Amino acid sequence: MAKIHSRMGDGWHVEISEVELKQELENGTQDAVTQSNLLPLSQDELDYLFDICKSGNKMSGVESGREVVMSYDGPTFEIRRLGILANRQTAMQIYERCFGADSIEFSHIDYSYKQVKPIIHEEIPQFEQLQSLTIAPMLYGAMPNLGLYTKPDGPVENPSELMPMGKVKEAQAAYEEAIELSVSDMVFVASEFYEAGCDGINFDTVGASGDPDFKATLVATEKLKEKYPDINIEIGMAGEFVLGMHGEITHNGKRLAGMLPHEQVKMVEAAGANIFGAVMNTQTIKSFPWNLARSITYNKACTEVAKIPVHGNMGIGVGSLPVCETQPAEIVSMASKAMVEIANLDGL
Amino acid sequence: MARMQIYRGMKIGEAKQYVADKLGTSLRDIHDAVAMRELREDLRIGTLQPLAGHPKGIEAKYNISKLLDIEFNSIRASRKRIEG
Repeated sequence: MAKIHSRMGDGWHVEISEVELKQELENGTQDAVTQSNLLPLSQDELDYLFDICKSGNKMSGVESGREVVMSYDGPTFEIRRLGILANRQTAMQIYERCFGADSIEFSHIDYSYKQVKPIIHEEIPQFEQLQSLTIAPMLYGAMPNLGLYTKPDGPVENPSELMPMGKVKEAQAAYEEAIELSVSDMVFVASEFYEAGCDGINFDTVGASGDPDFKATLVATEKLKEKYPDINIEIGMAGEFVLGMHGEITHNGKRLAGMLPHEQVKMVEAAGANIFGAVMNTQTIKSFPWNLARSITYNKACTEVAKIPVHGNMGIGVGSLPVCETQPAEIVSMASKAMVEIANLDGL
Repeated sequence: MARMQIYRGMKIGEAKQYVADKLGTSLRDIHDAVAMRELREDLRIGTLQPLAGHPKGIEAKYNISKLLDIEFNSIRASRKRIEG
């Protein structure tokens, strides 16, 4: 029987049989079911996934008419990471005109709201200038990144040092202090860019520091919506579930730790955000088909309950894509096609 | 489509229909790069290869804003900077 080219979650090539491919897809969706009580993909959906993964084509694409919005984070430094000597304005134009980006994001290489705050007077004029050049909606993006508020980078005691000492209450208090500081910075920076004319604000990798990080973002979103009712906010997550770094933080009566994408999106909606970026983490010791079926199972559950658009985060190690620097084109395009057509995402 | 998602929180199907209606075209044509190239020129909302005498950058955004019936924050801020 002919072998099918596929890859593992770390990007390395592997060959599997049709029987193995079917089993990997089945196992992937069942893993999601076991962990979360979600519904598995139907047999029709698994058969369709099988056809996509078996195709052997270098590039796959969505069916005509199923095109979705493509949004990006960090385009200003992605171009320079390739060694291309382009300033941020040029990078944004490359994304708009060469890559077909439907929305673009102005950002700083030190991609955190705390770091942007002291240099915002330098950021705003360049941002305003770029608004004159571009047509696509332009957001401003950065990370809440609560870790930066803890020692040695910030003023707050470091919970990662307190926890192993058994000082749980002190660690929780430190997280709560970091939340307040982070909310203040996010509201300040977002306000400045709103006044400068940004089409929206992107809070990126939300939850990277766990439940305190998610809490800070929800609170900042609510404060911004109260201050500017027509501000547009996109919240993109860092991981598939919210880590319980504090463990007891709640928002609107719901504990944030442990939330999965279909639960995260409801919190984000309630806070007033306009777009939700769902994340599924790739497991490197599992195959791409396994990761894909699992990712789609979770994303589909998310889009089914979401009232706002859901953009599947797809990049290194997320959205079923492998954890490797140079992404294999056949995997990226297969995953994109499958995520859009089966998970019914509104964008990528 | 992205603007309808960002500004109105529309899901993709609703966003496509809204844009098609506002642009006076069909759902089929908004997926067609060739058709959209002509339409963008006719509606003066910016083309991939810039055309002499046609709106670019914020000029195009101004026309898109009117067509979609949304005041873009970028237009609002630009007007404020001009008028003081």
